[in-house]
Amino acid sequence: MTVVIAGASLAGLTAADTLRNEGYEGSIIVVDPSTEIPADRPPLSKQVLAGEWPPEKAQHRAAARVPDLDLDLRLGVAATALDAASRSISLSDGSLISADGIVLAMGATARRLPGDQPAGVHVLRTLDDCLSLRAELEKMPARVAVIGAGFIGAEVAATCRGRGLEVTMIEAAPVPLGRVLPGDLGAFITDLHRSHGVEVILGVGVEGLEITSEVGGSEHVSGVRLSDGRVVEADVVVVGIGVVPNTAWLEGSGLRLENGVSCDATCSAAPGIVAAGDVASWPNPLYGEVMRVEQWENAVEQGEYAARRLLAEIRHEELPAPFATIPWFWSDQYDRKIQMAGRPSASDEVIIPEGSLEEHRFVALFRRGDLCTAVLGVNRPRHVMQVRMKLTESLDWQTALSVFG
Amino acid sequence: MKIVVNYDLCESNAICMAVAPEVFEVRDDDFLYLLTDEPGEELRDKMEESARRCPKQAITIEG
Repeated sequence: MTVVIAGASLAGLTAADTLRNEGYEGSIIVVDPSTEIPADRPPLSKQVLAGEWPPEKAQHRAAARVPDLDLDLRLGVAATALDAASRSISLSDGSLISADGIVLAMGATARRLPGDQPAGVHVLRTLDDCLSLRAELEKMPARVAVIGAGFIGAEVAATCRGRGLEVTMIEAAPVPLGRVLPGDLGAFITDLHRSHGVEVILGVGVEGLEITSEVGGSEHVSGVRLSDGRVVEADVVVVGIGVVPNTAWLEGSGLRLENGVSCDATCSAAPGIVAAGDVASWPNPLYGEVMRVEQWENAVEQGEYAARRLLAEIRHEELPAPFATIPWFWSDQYDRKIQMAGRPSASDEVIIPEGSLEEHRFVALFRRGDLCTAVLGVNRPRHVMQVRMKLTESLDWQTALSVFG
Repeated sequence: MKIVVNYDLCESNAICMAVAPEVFEVRDDDFLYLLTDEPGEELRDKMEESARRCPKQAITIEG
């Protein structure tokens, strides 16, 4: 019996751990193009980038479990092709494996700006990305430009301020996180960063990069050219404009690829093939909506679920109930702990039953008709989790509101 | 079975409270409190799940 897991990050290794916990004794082959087990990512934009943690501390529990899991771990090896019907998977080392079960957990890759990538331009996804950015920050550049005011951009901006660096954050949308948050919460994020000394430029696109040639002919970034003609001078540019799921190798596999690997409600993409983490797109029954979730906790929860679901299929047992989850994430910026549970949209009504935007400590509930779609808290972890526990049973608005008596 | 929380690591994300509210409680002061540090054996699965889900790896189970 052979299970192949494509991806040795949080979702993939959590799936491996779960297979063993559930008593699976067959072979588990884990492949990943990285030459080392990928780091736990949340500290990469915070403690490791800040220089507070040594890199090796950015290791999640499932990675620490690897020596106990009896894995055939093939690092530096990518999965290159799949035939879903026969579950045969080709690897970059030339081997072809016929698997009884496959877990697709390849994660995602940071999106880059188009064109040349001169020195000084960074994305932040892997430990290597983090360390090369950190090395440049340690040289105390005069200014860091952050392109994109999403959560990665916002955390990098906060960490750079913590290092005493000047920071400009550039966002093409009129408010940060405008796709997911209603405007007044986006304005809160803007205010949070401005009050900590970040220059925040909104509603202006990036036209291109300014480049200088150094002695010896190599090129280094010197600034960001904006669509309104302005130039933000910067020695370091961090690009935080989202990620793309790593599914290119699955073209022609027979799987449906639509914003990731399209799965059914039990995270199955085809017989004997499941997906988890950043690559998995599935109909979440709690929301009646197909979603793909790029969040730490989902990688754990879905990794566990997908492994259990795959085992049930292999063992001809009853399949688990559909994967129903209230997505949850946290983001630490300065001394603020932002947490959100749910799936808001920018058009939801926002009600603040606790605290206020002005004091930077509050709970916001998102309302769509009779439903509470999400809860966001700033330094209010207890309330966020209490609402999340209610939402797990039903998205009913009054039930969510009842948390606040 | 004994539950140990490393409060230097804990950031009160309250994931554990969602898994096992009978053991973990994040209160209004935003700190995590253990309602018992020796939960019954029937809670072992929930304790292991809490430890696994903790984003800070702040929970360990002894025994």
